[in-house]
Amino acid sequence: MSSVSSNHLSTFPFPFTADSYRYSTNLAPAGTAVTTATGGWGERIVDVDAHYDTELAERAVILAADPSRHAVLAHMRPAAWDAMLVLMRELAAAHPETMSLTGDGTTWHWRNTRLGVTADFVVGDESTLPAEPLAFIAAQVQEDVVLLDRRGGELFLDAGVVTFAAAWSFGFDVGMEFLDVHGPVPRLRESGVIGRAREFILRLQPGEAYRRTNWSIAMGSHLDQSLERYPDWAPARAAAASSDDDAFGRLVHLRVEVQHLIGLPESGAVCFLIRTYLLPLAELAAVEPWRLRTAAVLAELPEDLADYKGFAAHRDRIVAWLDTHGGP
Amino acid sequence: MIDLEVVAVDDRIPGIRSLTLARPGGGPLPPFVPGSHLVVECGPAHNAYSLTGDGAGPLTYSVSVLSRPDGSGGSRWIHERRVGDVVAAHGPRSAFAPVLSATRHLLVAAGIGITPMVSHLRSARRWHRQVELLYVHRRGRGAHLDDVEALAESASIFTDRESFTAAVDDALGRQPLGTHLYLCGPTAFMAEVTARATAWGWPSSRVHVEHFGTDAFDPGEPFDVHLTSTGQTFTVDSGVSLLEALLAHGVDVPNLCRRGVCGECRVEVTGGEVSHRDLFLGERDRAAGDSMMCCVSRAAGALLELTP
Repeated sequence: MSSVSSNHLSTFPFPFTADSYRYSTNLAPAGTAVTTATGGWGERIVDVDAHYDTELAERAVILAADPSRHAVLAHMRPAAWDAMLVLMRELAAAHPETMSLTGDGTTWHWRNTRLGVTADFVVGDESTLPAEPLAFIAAQVQEDVVLLDRRGGELFLDAGVVTFAAAWSFGFDVGMEFLDVHGPVPRLRESGVIGRAREFILRLQPGEAYRRTNWSIAMGSHLDQSLERYPDWAPARAAAASSDDDAFGRLVHLRVEVQHLIGLPESGAVCFLIRTYLLPLAELAAVEPWRLRTAAVLAELPEDLADYKGFAAHRDRIVAWLDTHGGP
Repeated sequence: MIDLEVVAVDDRIPGIRSLTLARPGGGPLPPFVPGSHLVVECGPAHNAYSLTGDGAGPLTYSVSVLSRPDGSGGSRWIHERRVGDVVAAHGPRSAFAPVLSATRHLLVAAGIGITPMVSHLRSARRWHRQVELLYVHRRGRGAHLDDVEALAESASIFTDRESFTAAVDDALGRQPLGTHLYLCGPTAFMAEVTARATAWGWPSSRVHVEHFGTDAFDPGEPFDVHLTSTGQTFTVDSGVSLLEALLAHGVDVPNLCRRGVCGECRVEVTGGEVSHRDLFLGERDRAAGDSMMCCVSRAAGALLELTP
């Protein structure tokens, strides 16, 4: 199993904006820059960074081993093409020197010299691409891609390529309604947060894009912490207890997801992107405001949320570790 | 907002003007979902018109507008535009999209209500959707007949109401499981077809209506409004919208389409029954009864209490 090193500190999307955390409908317009203690993030919907090659290689290995990470229900074919074009346009706009999408509206030419990929395709004709459209584009972005259908006043998770899930199973959730997908998250339904999010997404107009962050605590630096791979990563949680202080700081990671919601312009479906960033405590603690704030948030979080976010058993040690690893 | 230049005008059908719009100087326009409308600033009025072209990578937008001498003036304004004029538009906005999971699409249009169906037909052709169209128009006034002929695999066109009504009833009774019904035309026409569909057992979630041909709403009864935020109470007269009354009393309500489609002017309701006349709020919102679109909806009783 491959793994990745931590992302660069300067662009890490540090998620805490106060000394306590609760779920909220924390949606903001996409593409607006956020300034952090180390730099900033958020100007782009699709983020190509130094881990592009390694993460895409890891995605390919996961997909080859487990085809259930990729599904497109039959009625989502137009949405898959739609999402592919939107992501190609995002990539081309951000990286015009290496990527471009040109065409006359019928035949399109896609070029991604970063990966040595070119394709001439006709929208709606799968035979003109080497792979199903969603799989084709998911092999060229670091984001996990989920497509939501809107029908009958509800949202359904009806397509996607998800290889870097944080303790959920895409294959299990395919076809499920949005509220049911989020059923296991404590406090979400009672607080009204998920209901409001659903109403928001149902009204998202084609072409509009919003984003939010989510976070958890992960043991180890594996991006793929899906339920399918639970036997591979769950034992690391237990092993953390017996590790020494230095190893603990390298093992425990703040796992942050930058999630984007994009109203797809032709199908009317919604594209949900999940980009995962991992930062070990050892690096996080080097940024003094992050060390203090993370310790405060983790210490204050109610037990059910701490359990869901994967660190209830280690909460005291993580907080103590952060408290004692300040300064240069 | 986008500025669009009139690049072509088509007056072949009496009383109906089709405009082709493009960016001044050209260039791609935002793609759109079938059934989307463009909100055009027609002088003092903001009118929503269905886009009849192809939503995938468009270079132009097309709308077809029926002349309504007794309307609010928007159609007259459109009919006065000439090639080279620039108009201001908002959108496109999607409010009448084909349901992706439908196994079949039954489109029923009357008169100018054909316009949103044209983009449905284009999309159905691209994605090989099963689609059937029933279209009634006055003799000699059939808009987009050439598009229908080129695009629809199954289209029945009528110029008399009696045979149309019989064909609609027949079509409603023989659709396979998973069919969705889309209606556009005058309000009374859509109410009648919806009633027939209900009688055939169609669930409301399978029936989709697009309210064009409603240039002017019923002016409604006067009612009183109490604002809990400021303590003000005032009367909204017949023929005046709640939005207009709120703005006149210094309450700044964001708004855009003023036709109950865009969703901008939603206000919170803390007391009184609402007569919902918008196209934006869903059944759940209406059942909750705690918000309304103040541009078109009114009080069902004598008083509404709001916190705008």
